Amino acid sequence: MIQVLWTDALIFLLVAAITGFALYARSREHLRAPWRQVIRKPLGMSALVILLVYVLVGLLDSLHFRPELEQQNGGNTEVQYAASIESVLDLMLDDLRSSTEKTYSAPFALRQYNKETIEDEQGNKRREYPRLLHAGTHLQDLSMHAQDITQRFLFTLMGGLMVWGLSVAFIVVLVVFKTGDPLQKVLHTMWHGQRDLPWRSLFATLGFILLVILFLMNTASVYHVLGTDKVGEDVLYQAIKSIRTGLVIGTLTTLIMLPFAVLLGIMAGYIKGWVDDVIQYIYTTLNSIPGVLLIAAAVLMMLVYMETHPDLFGTGVERSDFRLLFLCMILGVTSWTGLCRLLRAETLKLSELEYVQAAEALGVGRLKIILRHILPNVMHIILIAIVMDFSGLVLAEAVLSYLNIGVDPTMYSWGNMINSSRLELAREPIVWWAFMAAFIFMFLLVLSANLFADAVRDAFDPRLRERA
Amino acid sequence: MIAYIIRRLLYAIPILIGVNLITFALFFIVNPPDQMARLHLGERHVTQQAIDKWKTQRGYDRPLVINSEASGLGVVTDTIFFEKSLRLFVFDFGASDNGRDISYDISQRMWPSLAIAIPSLIVALVVNIFFAMLLAFFRGSYIDIWGVILCVVLMSISALFYYIGGQFLVGKLLHLVPISGYDTGLDATKFIILPVVIGVASGIGASTRWYRTFFLEEIAKDFVRTARAKGLSETTVLFRHVLKNAMIPILTGIVVALPLLFMGSLILESFFGIPGLGSYTIDAINQQDFAIVRAMVFLGSVLYIVGLILTDISYTLVDPRVRLS
Repeated sequence: MIQVLWTDALIFLLVAAITGFALYARSREHLRAPWRQVIRKPLGMSALVILLVYVLVGLLDSLHFRPELEQQNGGNTEVQYAASIESVLDLMLDDLRSSTEKTYSAPFALRQYNKETIEDEQGNKRREYPRLLHAGTHLQDLSMHAQDITQRFLFTLMGGLMVWGLSVAFIVVLVVFKTGDPLQKVLHTMWHGQRDLPWRSLFATLGFILLVILFLMNTASVYHVLGTDKVGEDVLYQAIKSIRTGLVIGTLTTLIMLPFAVLLGIMAGYIKGWVDDVIQYIYTTLNSIPGVLLIAAAVLMMLVYMETHPDLFGTGVERSDFRLLFLCMILGVTSWTGLCRLLRAETLKLSELEYVQAAEALGVGRLKIILRHILPNVMHIILIAIVMDFSGLVLAEAVLSYLNIGVDPTMYSWGNMINSSRLELAREPIVWWAFMAAFIFMFLLVLSANLFADAVRDAFDPRLRERA
Repeated sequence: MIAYIIRRLLYAIPILIGVNLITFALFFIVNPPDQMARLHLGERHVTQQAIDKWKTQRGYDRPLVINSEASGLGVVTDTIFFEKSLRLFVFDFGASDNGRDISYDISQRMWPSLAIAIPSLIVALVVNIFFAMLLAFFRGSYIDIWGVILCVVLMSISALFYYIGGQFLVGKLLHLVPISGYDTGLDATKFIILPVVIGVASGIGASTRWYRTFFLEEIAKDFVRTARAKGLSETTVLFRHVLKNAMIPILTGIVVALPLLFMGSLILESFFGIPGLGSYTIDAINQQDFAIVRAMVFLGSVLYIVGLILTDISYTLVDPRVRLS
């Protein structure tokens, strides 16, 4: 049975909006041109490809359903559904999810991280590191461990290079057919970066992603590539599941706050007078409350509310999903003021321009002027704000979860991983892999988001465009 | 000038009233005191008697806004809104939910916060300006390009990683300074060094890149070209002309944050066990002590508004072309 959570619905709404815009922009050169400029930048292209991989994982993790339960009694024709909610990604990662150990184990380890008392057949008790249940079970001889990993690595490297080479060749052939240039010229210009698209960085990024994914596919089924956590859950699985949380916070927050910021900002700048005063008052007031404290206060209040009204929220997943959505709203309330102020200032400037004055003189209605003349001319500000805010929000999620005022503790998120890894780093011997996993996954996402945001800003900001 | 400041302070009053109303709505209307009591007392099946006692002890037993039982002015003064929210305007924070005097706690805890915040601010300013000038000096070269990329990489790392990683590296592996804690007087130095260094390091990426744009903006201006045309060396141009003018946006950007230094850094302090206002707030959040959170929200808003006023004044001080109106 398909189950649509609140955040899922909003995500699909966002996807639909983006697709709609892409279709609309396809035939309009002035909308396409800046985007082309974004992917012409080598860094912008690489960042986009990595972001797309993250988005794909996030989308797969947003297709939720309730698995069918196996029928116990034959006479019952009604189909029963489990109470737990799973996603398509869970199905794909079933190996990782189900292979839980007892407690900590290091990356690629065969044995547990802690000693345990084990009783053998003769009844002798020994203290030793027990074998893991789901790591290296295919090995006949445990001394082959290092060799097995090396083999798998080399195998991935060879296989990956082959797949990569084939796909590069395929793309090159496509380009040759599409442009009609001779093969040699295409290869030469690609290699020297003289074509309109940065093929070199595209191929390099693709190769990198391909190798990582193949290596994980090749090893994750037989080892815990990033180790296991305190209750023996695979850390790689946690890190991958956290992607959706990060993306939801980064995108839905902006989606929720956008209507308010745009509407109020443009109204303040265009209608002026007392409307302007009221709107300025609202955002100055909200702005003057320190962000973290406002979030903390609101989240505390929400927790009390959820505590006292448990009947409103169904399963645990729905509950944590509601909390995530609420967090997005709160973050939205604290973050719309900046964009609103920018839009107000720009609208003030635009409303003095000749073409707006001319439209007013011709008797065009206010709403029409806003839609026709103001909104399209502040679009670049809105877009730049969306992409610039994204990475900041992903980082904010980690900090808030660390302070226990972020997402639900049962939800997979990098913030929760970091939160628990603080104690793990303090213990002896230290457990470092969960910390490292959260670091790598988060860093890659935030870095590509930052690089992409820079490319978008350079392409859309008219001031920067003139300078370049 | 004085008239301007007075006018700005008057403007601040409606904003603070707004802040007050928002916090009041958040803390008392969304969740009535009964539910707060239930949460605090912890037990699921707590008696109404215990709730009433908890409320009476903390003064939450009054009506929210209008007290119909009282006479005269008591109709509005003997209410939660008057006692708990309006009192904040005279900085009477009252007692925390644990019964401690909040004003006293704040006066005690602001010093450790300042001991971390002020050195952090100064060191960060010097370091970031140095790197930003370096990048601006080599603008357009590979040093500049890779420097900016390095900045983006540094700012893509969550502050948490700097804190946890730095604490682990310096404190646990190298044993240079104690991991966390605080002491009075000069002994505090060894506890302050690590938070300051890590705090500065976590901000280098973003600030350097930001300051660099200020330098580049100034470098593109006409007076710089004139200075070069006079035959001044690049270093003289950079230090005498560009630095001075780029300092205007940098310093005015800092002024707004100056009053907030009292509040300390939320995470940094709780991380390194500094008994400042930041960790005070965090503890209050974790213990769900609403009285303290309410007081800190109000204090933070006041300090932010003071910061805004100071910013406007500092603009006129450093740039005579800006007139206050």
